[in-house]
Amino acid sequence: MEGYSYIIWILILPLLTFLVTGLGSRKISPTLAGIIGTTSMGICALLSIYTAGSYFGYYSNGVYPSLKVFDLPWLSFTENLSIHLGMVLDPISVMMLVVVTLVSFMVHLYSIGYLHGESRGGVYFSYLSLFSFSMLGLVVSTNLFQMYIFWELVGVSSFLLIGYYFTKPSAVAASKKAFIVTRFADFGFLVGILIMGYVGGSFEFDAIISRLTNPESPEFLTATGAGFLGISLLTWSLVLIFMGGAGKSAMFPLHIWLPDAMEGPTPVSALIHAATMVVAGVFLVARLFPVFFQVPVALDLVAWVGALSALFAAIIACTQTDIKRILAYSTMSQIGYMMFGLGVSGMGEAGLGYMGSMFHLFTHAMFKALLFLGAGAVIHYVHSNEVSDMGALRKKMPVTGLLFLLACLSISGIPPFSGFFSKEEILTAALMKNPVVYGIGLFTAGLTAFYMFRLYYLIFWHNKPYHDKPSPLPRKKEAPLTMMVPMILLGFATLVSGFFPFNNFVTSDGKPLEITFHADLSAIAIGVSLTGIALASVFYLRPGPWPDKIATALGGFFTTVYRKFYIDEIYTLVAKKFIIGTVSPVANWFDRNVVDGLMNFTGTVMGVFSDSIKVWQSGKIHGYLLWFFAGSMIVLILMFIL
Amino acid sequence: MISVPVTHILFVSFALFFIGAYGFFTRRNMITMLMAVELMLNAVNINFIAFNRYLYPGQLEGLFFSIFIITIAAAEAAVAIAIIINIYRRFKTIDSDDIDSLKF
Repeated sequence: MEGYSYIIWILILPLLTFLVTGLGSRKISPTLAGIIGTTSMGICALLSIYTAGSYFGYYSNGVYPSLKVFDLPWLSFTENLSIHLGMVLDPISVMMLVVVTLVSFMVHLYSIGYLHGESRGGVYFSYLSLFSFSMLGLVVSTNLFQMYIFWELVGVSSFLLIGYYFTKPSAVAASKKAFIVTRFADFGFLVGILIMGYVGGSFEFDAIISRLTNPESPEFLTATGAGFLGISLLTWSLVLIFMGGAGKSAMFPLHIWLPDAMEGPTPVSALIHAATMVVAGVFLVARLFPVFFQVPVALDLVAWVGALSALFAAIIACTQTDIKRILAYSTMSQIGYMMFGLGVSGMGEAGLGYMGSMFHLFTHAMFKALLFLGAGAVIHYVHSNEVSDMGALRKKMPVTGLLFLLACLSISGIPPFSGFFSKEEILTAALMKNPVVYGIGLFTAGLTAFYMFRLYYLIFWHNKPYHDKPSPLPRKKEAPLTMMVPMILLGFATLVSGFFPFNNFVTSDGKPLEITFHADLSAIAIGVSLTGIALASVFYLRPGPWPDKIATALGGFFTTVYRKFYIDEIYTLVAKKFIIGTVSPVANWFDRNVVDGLMNFTGTVMGVFSDSIKVWQSGKIHGYLLWFFAGSMIVLILMFIL
Repeated sequence: MISVPVTHILFVSFALFFIGAYGFFTRRNMITMLMAVELMLNAVNINFIAFNRYLYPGQLEGLFFSIFIITIAAAEAAVAIAIIINIYRRFKTIDSDDIDSLKF
């Protein structure tokens, strides 16, 4: 393993950058902080790519092993219970290293241009480095507990970055919402970890997987034998762990934080809320996939939650008008794809869904980061998030428009762009396992194409009169070079990453997977996507009466969808009625009477007692002397008696 | 050679100790109280010397203890007088009954 010990620098560099830019944020200029962050992330990206090359190159003829490059005991409680910190290299962690460092590098570079002139840029870059460090630590975790630590660290950096514009009340509310919702989900995750650590006898992934996938092992028998409410402990732990993953990955019904998280700076949305952090839940399920595979119920739950989230988010995305919120719902929908890809997958030869899911994670990171960065360039230019303030921008920003179109084609699943290949594999896997999920996935693909092209047309075509705008748009053309270069690089990645032979590298068991190309299935999927694009072209290429007419015709349904199915309102209602109305008074009474009462009682008793003896302290030395003398006499007499 | 019995010497030290104790309890002047403490210390010194001389003539522990006590008494007198001077500066008196602000 010595050959890979340099990968520790992939973690150390972002941490150092965080410290330098964070502690020196008042001393060094934001641009310098940006350059430091970009350089360090660039080195990490190069190291990651080199690692990927040597890892996949060296073991190219056999099974990809799981290498523990570092494994140090961090907290050891007893012989059997110790928490390690380490770094593991296996196909998915190597892939995630590449994804995270690449996208993070692009976003750092882009942010230099995007945040130009911001006084708090140094703080921004230090948060960004903290996030990169945490995310990289998460993907190389060797055990559940280490993962949990970094899981919370990415949560906190997400909180900090969403609330970056802390003078905006909506941003503050969004950051709190994101933190509380994901924290609530992480509560389930922690309980799941503890149950799994208890039944598996270890927190280490390799130990858990080898014990809990062997039906003969004592741990497996305990885990499936003992139960709670008629459900075995193993199932409980997996469901609770999936709850943590669903919270982080914004799966229904824990998705409510993601659209609001768009209050953060756009590059942050690209990095955290599109490409990396939100796929942590998918990564978690993939990491424990062999265990999930032992419990069909848990796997079905993953599949159904994923499929329903994909559909649900796609429907909402069709009605929204905020450019970043549309992208947020599309992210949720695409993560739903990854989830049900895992949910319908099998092991080994049948692991097409797993491979497709990881492939989609990879391609989605590229094209969704591109979409967000493109949206950031547009917002930078228009100074508004509402699509109604945009339109006909293709003449003013031709390169951005082209790149945005490329990413839209990719997410819609049009060949030869990357999204087509990965989505195709997920859908094929779904058809083999569960036709209903396949149907939902196919319909969602059509919706995806529709709303993405709706967005594209509304921004870049859709000529509108500008006379009602308070100030006409400036004559400025494309975004600055630091913003264009990452977008062009990501556009290139979107073009080529689909041809990457992923099935040879990232599979459920480490062995290359044979995939067959189903022309008929591809044709159906492409047909559905083209229908979506065609509908969007009819409605939104030019301003027309159709969208409003359809909205009116749908009436209540449209309003329901536009208000995001009232999920936020339901949460508020539950919080008000249940927590504030029922739980809080009881907790309040308990706090005031029992907790405070106990303290006050102790205080009162001490007060009364000391009041009665305080007169002894008279300040008269001779009084003390007499007491002392009396005391020594008593001791003396006692000594003679006894 | 030894003409004075040990009881005589012990009687002297006994008398000296209780004269000191009496002075310590009855006097209000701090300097006098300090002098009374010195009397008690010297009574103890005499005790040590006497027992050393009459019970273990070949050993030196009693002498050592006396020398220790004399040394400490000197230091203690210096510290005590310093305290008394400070008290006088603050309260303009060294009568121990008038110095009673350190109370509840």
